[in-house]
Amino acid sequence: MTRPDLSKTSAPAPGAGTPVLEVDDLHVEFRTRSGVVNAVNGVSYTLAAGETLAILGESGSGKSVSAQAIMGILDSPPAVITGGGIFFEGKDLLTQPAEEQRKVRGPGISMIFQDALSSLNPVYSVGFQIGEMFRAHRGTSRKEAKKKAVELMDRVRIPGAAARVDDYPHQFSGGMRQRVMIAMAIALDPRVLIADEPTTALDVTVQAQVMDLLKDLQRDTGMGLVLITHDLGVVNEVADEVAVMYAGKIVERGTVDDVFTDAAHPYTDGLMSSIPQLEAKGGRLTPIVGQPPNLAAIPSGCPFHPRCSRRRIGAEAAPGRDCAADVPPLRLVVPGREAACHYSEEVLGV
Amino acid sequence: MTDQQQADLRHDEMEAGTTTGLASPSVDVTDARQNSLWSDAWGHLRRNPLFWIGAVLGLVFLLVAVFPQVFARGADPRSCSLSNSQQAPSADHWFGFDQQGCDYLANVVYGARNSLLIGLLAVLVVLVLGVVVGAVSGFYGGLTDTVLSRLTDVFYAVPFVLGAIVVLQSGVIGRGVVAVAIALAAFGWMTAMRLVRSQVIAVKSGDYVAAARAMGASNGRILVRHILPNAVAPVLVYTTITIGVLIAAEATLTFLGVGLQRPAISWGLQIDAGQSLLRTAPHLVLFPSIVLTLTVMAFIMMGDALRDALDPRQRG
Amino acid sequence: MGRYVARRLLLTIPVLIGASFLIFAMVYALPGDPIRALGGDRPLAPAVVAQLRDDYNLDDPLLIQYAKYVGDLLQGDFGTDFRGRAVLDTITQRLPVTIRLTAVAIAFEAVIGIIAGVLAGIRRNGFLDNLVLVSSTVVVSVPILVLAFVSQFVFGLQLGLFPISGISEGWRSFLLPGLVLAAGSLAYVARLTRTSVAENMRADYVRTAKAKGLPHRTVIIRHTLRNSLIPVVTFIGADIGTLMGGAIVTESVFNLPGIGRAVFDAVRQQEGAVVVGIVTLMVFFFIFFNLVVDVLYAVLDPRIRYD
Repeated sequence: MTRPDLSKTSAPAPGAGTPVLEVDDLHVEFRTRSGVVNAVNGVSYTLAAGETLAILGESGSGKSVSAQAIMGILDSPPAVITGGGIFFEGKDLLTQPAEEQRKVRGPGISMIFQDALSSLNPVYSVGFQIGEMFRAHRGTSRKEAKKKAVELMDRVRIPGAAARVDDYPHQFSGGMRQRVMIAMAIALDPRVLIADEPTTALDVTVQAQVMDLLKDLQRDTGMGLVLITHDLGVVNEVADEVAVMYAGKIVERGTVDDVFTDAAHPYTDGLMSSIPQLEAKGGRLTPIVGQPPNLAAIPSGCPFHPRCSRRRIGAEAAPGRDCAADVPPLRLVVPGREAACHYSEEVLGV
Repeated sequence: MTDQQQADLRHDEMEAGTTTGLASPSVDVTDARQNSLWSDAWGHLRRNPLFWIGAVLGLVFLLVAVFPQVFARGADPRSCSLSNSQQAPSADHWFGFDQQGCDYLANVVYGARNSLLIGLLAVLVVLVLGVVVGAVSGFYGGLTDTVLSRLTDVFYAVPFVLGAIVVLQSGVIGRGVVAVAIALAAFGWMTAMRLVRSQVIAVKSGDYVAAARAMGASNGRILVRHILPNAVAPVLVYTTITIGVLIAAEATLTFLGVGLQRPAISWGLQIDAGQSLLRTAPHLVLFPSIVLTLTVMAFIMMGDALRDALDPRQRG
Repeated sequence: MGRYVARRLLLTIPVLIGASFLIFAMVYALPGDPIRALGGDRPLAPAVVAQLRDDYNLDDPLLIQYAKYVGDLLQGDFGTDFRGRAVLDTITQRLPVTIRLTAVAIAFEAVIGIIAGVLAGIRRNGFLDNLVLVSSTVVVSVPILVLAFVSQFVFGLQLGLFPISGISEGWRSFLLPGLVLAAGSLAYVARLTRTSVAENMRADYVRTAKAKGLPHRTVIIRHTLRNSLIPVVTFIGADIGTLMGGAIVTESVFNLPGIGRAVFDAVRQQEGAVVVGIVTLMVFFFIFFNLVVDVLYAVLDPRIRYD
């Protein structure tokens, strides 16, 4: 396999290193009429200020659900957080009263979504919706809030901000709408920004502009960024760390450089081989065989084993490391790299 | 896991936001998806108590309308004795007697047939008018659509009962079962037309219709093979509910004196005759009212349940 | 916005003309001679008949009759009935009753319907939700005729709470007929509100509002209800026109001298001028309130305003 472009230019941001967000063994399930869907099954990670953590995975891997759990915006029912902790600046949000959790959303952690058109309320002007942040959390007057909204729109580089503050979401282009979302999310200088597929719905050229904007804002404010995506290119460009999710679990974690250079989990390996590389014109793409797992009936043992070309079952397997029977824990494989595979060393070739 | 459960799960997951819903692929629903729509709908219908209540009520009503003598407990609605006038319900005569001293149960039971006939006949005319005008309007578009749509608006703007009253009062078509059905349909077809028209327009722009056209299918063939089957589900829901509405409207017109005339037996006539005796013999208004209400309710409940079953977005 | 309204206005003119012509044609193309009927047992002198036929243009072709009628109408002349009374007088005398009845009905429909629908929609599948669902199915199924008698019997005769006939007790006289007239729409409003609120609760922008850390009240009122009520408000607006034309049964059963009752009496007495005049007015109200709703829709939903 050819290696992706590894050149990276992100300078350490102010305040880097202090953990602001810590997710510990998070479990989320959906209790539906036809059974329980195990969407998140023990996810843990930490995010330092100024750091960018990419969470990579297919749809249904639990990446969005875990983010919504952090925000406290899961629809309950059917969603229930069944275990774990979410620590923001050292305090477990899950044990706080609802009102305290609410006060964190916005000034502490904020979030932007994939589809800005449906995520913005169609009947209020963008200025009103941005200004709402100040009015709800700081008690700012309506007039003052609007002034701040204009400043923010300027800051996210929306041309003619003062003239457009009273426009409605549907009057903006996709990229501009996402900038409005970003303006809203950064209004109160949050410590953590969760971006859920922020550029998936956008044109390629616009994608780059929006990602640049996010990077610049992060550099200015030192906020931690959780970037949820299935786009390897985006991860490679902006992230420091990457966590790969499969069937509601993190299956591999490490720095972007390391993971992209040499995957320690067969699933990550498969992802890398299934995307086209510019340098490898004419080379063959190898898609991952099989279907994403059914979260209501996750396979026993390693959830990836039915699709894994390296699986070892029964007599082939080492004792206690049967891919169909024994659940592989997320473990340190080499320094700075964790993977949940019984045979990571083989995958890595160390 | 059964297919049903799989489907539920997908639906619930989408609602919960755990999956990013795939853009629905544009496939021809006349085949596979149509089948799964109906079996899926039946699965939901089966578990809906409202549907069963409606279906049982509707079945009873149907049986009463077809075999009234069985339900009249041996009484003849036309053999009356004034000495029994306005007698209250008793063990022998469950619904009592009316002013002329006729057995009221027999009268109410025999009233079902006219209600059913008018309901079915009127809905048939409504469907024919609605489907034809709606399909033509939606399919051909342009000037045809503009003219037909405005025409529909014109009928829509005239109050429903009033329009029917004027038609019946003219006496041109008489005051019989057929006349009342036609009068009701004449001012009741517009919703069906709009429903079919919008369905046709929505489906017409589907990719598979473009594909069928590209493969040389004629207009008529596209309309019959591809477009109309898609309009069946909403029209079925509408039809079921409308039968109930039309039965109520028949009773109203007859009550107002412009519908069925004596000696016809009709719930509307019974309520009309009973209204002046509301103080002394309330049962004369009560029994036909209850039966009329249960009949209308049967169709509305079935229609509601069908809509819930056929339109996944409506499910609770 | 101005252009939008103008376009809508233009679209309604052919409908207004078409509907009034439809009624006109049905009334005046009817067989039976209203003039002869007027004389009762004693036949009218031929000269009187000829005079009356001429007064009402009864010997002209239908289209000419209609054109003359519209010409008069545009000058505010609704014509006279066969007894020489101006139709406009009948209307001005009867209309206030219908307006009061409709106002009471709309108030019931809006207040009870919206409150029930919101409570049901916010907690879907809860107790209130099921209660609203079941009771609205029942209410929708009860024919207005039945509802009128049942309410007369229960609230009027048994409990003696409300007057059941006439308008002698002012606003109190309108409460029961207003509730009866509103019942069907009320149930519909409750269901529409419920569906709309439940759908909006799942909307992406509501999720955004939560993610913004807005207080629960703000999320519900500002970001859920405001959006949910758009279809409800527009339905209620359009229903004003429908109810004004739909009060025939209610006005008859409760003996209210409104335009519904007047038009029904006129149909039976073959008073063509009164029928056409009042129905045209009803059609006008229907179209007018639909137009109001179109404009209202644009005011409430910016996506339409700027199209």
